[in-house]
Formats: sequence, structure tokens, C-alpha cells
Amino acid sequence: MILGFIEHDRGTLNKASLEMLTLARRLGSVEAVVIGRKGATITHELKQYGISKVHLVVHDQLDDYAPTAWAKSLTQLATSLQVEAILASGSERGNEVMAQAAAIMNLPLATNCVDVVLRESDYIVTRLRWGGSLVEEARLSGKPKLLSVAQHVFAAEETLSEDLVIVEQEVDLNDKDFRVRVTERVENESEGVSLTTARVIVSGGRGVGSSEGFDKLEELAQLIDGAVGCSRVVTNKGWRPHSDQVGQTGTRVAPDLYIACGISGAIQHWVGCKAAKKILVINTDAEAPIVQKADYVVIADLHEIVPAIIAAIRAL
Amino acid sequence: MNILVCIKRVPAPGRSIILSEDKQEIITRNLGFTISPHEECAIEEALRIKEKNGGSVTVLTLGPDTAVEQLRQAMAQGVDEAILLQTDGKEWDPMATSKAIADAIADKDFDLLLFGNESADSGGYQVGSRVAFAKDFPFLSGVKSLHVAEGKAIASREALHAREIYEIDLPAAISVKEGINLPRYPSLPGRMRARRKEITILKPAPISGGPEKLQLRVPQGEENQVEVLGYGVEAVPRVMEVLQELNFC
Repeated sequence: MILGFIEHDRGTLNKASLEMLTLARRLGSVEAVVIGRKGATITHELKQYGISKVHLVVHDQLDDYAPTAWAKSLTQLATSLQVEAILASGSERGNEVMAQAAAIMNLPLATNCVDVVLRESDYIVTRLRWGGSLVEEARLSGKPKLLSVAQHVFAAEETLSEDLVIVEQEVDLNDKDFRVRVTERVENESEGVSLTTARVIVSGGRGVGSSEGFDKLEELAQLIDGAVGCSRVVTNKGWRPHSDQVGQTGTRVAPDLYIACGISGAIQHWVGCKAAKKILVINTDAEAPIVQKADYVVIADLHEIVPAIIAAIRAL
Repeated sequence: MNILVCIKRVPAPGRSIILSEDKQEIITRNLGFTISPHEECAIEEALRIKEKNGGSVTVLTLGPDTAVEQLRQAMAQGVDEAILLQTDGKEWDPMATSKAIADAIADKDFDLLLFGNESADSGGYQVGSRVAFAKDFPFLSGVKSLHVAEGKAIASREALHAREIYEIDLPAAISVKEGINLPRYPSLPGRMRARRKEITILKPAPISGGPEKLQLRVPQGEENQVEVLGYGVEAVPRVMEVLQELNFC
């Protein structure tokens, strides 16, 4: 049996867990685990995704997220149920809980997998490296196999299960397992158009030249109801805050249109913007790596053409 | 306050990745090397904590002899001591790496262990938690802001629509993410001092851990048609057509 770790945050399902189930079902029969009583609210949603049995881990202290306690719960359940594998989403919490479970069990962990093939008693996994610009085939052994599934690779495929049984599971946890737990939460103030929700992103790189250089990009973004992004060079120079960075160590974006101004397109940046439906490149260098990967290219100085585009839009 | 920062030497790839014939490594002949980005920030964070609280910062890496370059870079920024766990150049899996680090620091008293959230190249997300477990330290990953005082670490990180705050007793292990700070450039005197500093070199033997790397592969990119809209401001009419086709204006 495969155990699928379903994430929730105080009773709200993380939909990335449903993507994970798509891969998990290929490996065998899947049962789900949800940690903490607050997670009870999401159990019914899982029926639509082929789950007929949910293990709900209950414990007095399991009221908010606590990574070690969650990981230890997983390992105890996996041991008592003799599971073949534990799968989680390759989300921040998914990787964190699995990494702690792997440490507790002293077993290997393969993160951000995109494919699994069974070979004798092992799994041959394909996992993402370099933010997805390189993949690795690796042998994963041990019982249970521990792996996380890369996000945004699988669709959350629906398949209705006939019934749904919820089994409460008690675990043995002590104060030490709660040394790390959420103690406070500050809700984000609602911001305008954000990188992750914008239909269009106007992004700037080294070619923008200065923090003031971004004024024109801001103006263009505002006119077409978009957000402003930037490359890592820009945040390292302090021209823009890190929250604007698109890339492997910044935000991964997927807008309808990504306008890359003065960005050469190193791998670090490319993995952050490659999910865009269309890419329009504005660059003086026709040989820049991002040019080959674009849909539309303008060979021009952004300082000349961006104001000209702004003027043309205003003239409409 | 004694802080250990674990870093990794990684290639700085430009436009594409080229693999060796045996598909085990990427060809690095024409590439520069750097400290994995999240770890550059871990070094900076350690230096800031030391400036406020006193104590010392030690940097550690597991890698080939050439990884001394990254240790010297950290020392040029102000790190006091450096440890190299020297390998023969082959990539170690995360279990072997964590075991070697845990062994190397088993009898050392650190108040705080800092890691990068994940390495830029292999992205295993697990060395920090394994070392923390071996030391029996509490561990938190993905930290974007850190404040250390009076035996406690107040750490925060991003959740979906909120910032989560954690209060953790020291000693502790924490992995940080880029954006927590803007790392300083090494000063010239810093570079000069770093050149003369001693580096502790240990040569651990790898345990068999896993996952076991079989081969690397460059994913095939989809063929795409590049349309040149024009050169200079003469391209504006075509750009406008594209923006209008996509319903942006």
C-alpha cells in the first residue's frame, strides 16, 4: 500500500497534494494520511481523487503545523501499516516533512520526482535538478520508499472512489516533537497584481541599468494591468526587492505573456519564467540565450522601445 | 554565539547544461563556480548575528579540494574559520553528505547551524534536517527572516497568504532562503586576510546512503518558433498587434 501525505493548513487543503495522488495511484493502491483534527474538514474532498481510506492522525497537541511532530506521525503510521512508500507533494511543507521523516527513519529520500518505474524491490525515479533544467534518474531503495512529487507536473486527475472510510489514528508524541511549531501568523495585506496571479509580467534584467530604469517598466505594466518582475542580477544589485525576482531562487511564474526586457536568460532565470504561455523578448543582443526560447523577439534598446510602446498604447 | 554555516560549491551555468559522456556529471570546464544562492544568504545572516551577539562563524563544505575557493570567499566576507570535508570530486548523496557533516561537528559546540533551503544543483532539500536530527537540534526550513537573542531564534517564513512565525530555543538548526538579506561583497582587506587563514581539512569516507544517482539527462525542450517582430522602434506597430491579439490593450 502507498501512503499519500495530504497537506492542509488549519483545515484548508493544499491542492498540490492532489497532483501527487495522480502519480501515487500508478504505483499501487493508495490510502491518504491527514494530520491533526483540523484536517478532518478536507477528508471528504479526497473521495473524488480515488481515495477510499483516510488515516486521520489525532493528538492533543496537533493543532497547528509543527514539522517534526507531523514527520514523526507519518513515520509511526507508515511503520504500523507496513506501507510500501510514502509520497508527498514537493511543496515547501511537503519536502520539509519528508526530509524530517527521512532523517527519523534513516532512509533515503528522493525529492521533486516526475516519474517512477518499479524495478525489482526498488523504485527508479526521475527527479528534477537545477529547477528542472536537468533531470536525474536515481535508484530509490528502502522500506518505505520516501519521495516527493514535483509541483505543476501532474494534473490533479479526478476518479471517484465508491466509498470513504476515515480511520482515526493515535500517535505517540512528546513535547520535544513540538519544539518547532507555528507560534504566530501575520496575514498578508491584500496587494495589487502579484507575480503569481498577473496575466502579463513586464520583467527587467541587467539591461535596465538602474532602479530608476524600472519606472518605465512599471508604467508599461500598469497600462496593461500587469506586474513587474526582475532577474536575480537586479535583486543582487538592490534595484528591486527580492519579492519581485523571477527564477529558481525567486518566484516561478506562469502568465499568459512574459515580457523580458534586457534579460539574457541564464538557466536560473529561465526555470522561473518558462511556464509562461508566450514570451516576448526585448534585447539588444540577438545572441542572448533567451532569444532562442522566445515566441516574439524585438532587437532593440529597451530604453527606446519601452517608452515608444507606452506612447503607442496611450495613443489608442 | 557560535554559528556553523554549511555551504555547497556549485557550477554557475549560463545558457545551457552539457553532460559528460558517462552522464554522471555536468561538464564544468568552461564554467565558473559559486556558492549555492540560499547559502550565500546563510553566510550573510550568520555574520549579522555575530555582529549583534558576538561569537564566531565557521563555514563548512563537503566537496573537492577546489571548494577551498568558496571557503575563502566566505572568509573574505568575514567568516572566522573554515572546514573542508574533502572528497575525490564525485558527487555524494544526501545521506552520505549529512553523515560526514554530523560526524565532523559531533564534538563541537555550536548554538546555531545554518543551511541553504536547498542546493542549486541537486535540490535534495534534506541535508539540514538530517544533520539537525543527528545533533538532536530543532529544525526549521525556508526561513526568510531571522532574529536571534536571549537564547532564542525568532524565524518567519512565507505561507500561502500569510507569514508564519516560529519561536525556537537554541541550539537549533535553520535553513534559509534567498531574500532573507542581501549578501555583502568581500572587502579588499577581507580578501587579503582570507588568503592567509588556515582551513581545517578532513577526509571522511562516504557511507552508502541514497538515493543512488544512475544518470543525468537534459530534458528535450519543445521546438518553438521565434518570430522577430522587428529592430529598434520600428518594431512598435508589430508589438502593438501582438498585445492586441492577446487582449492586453
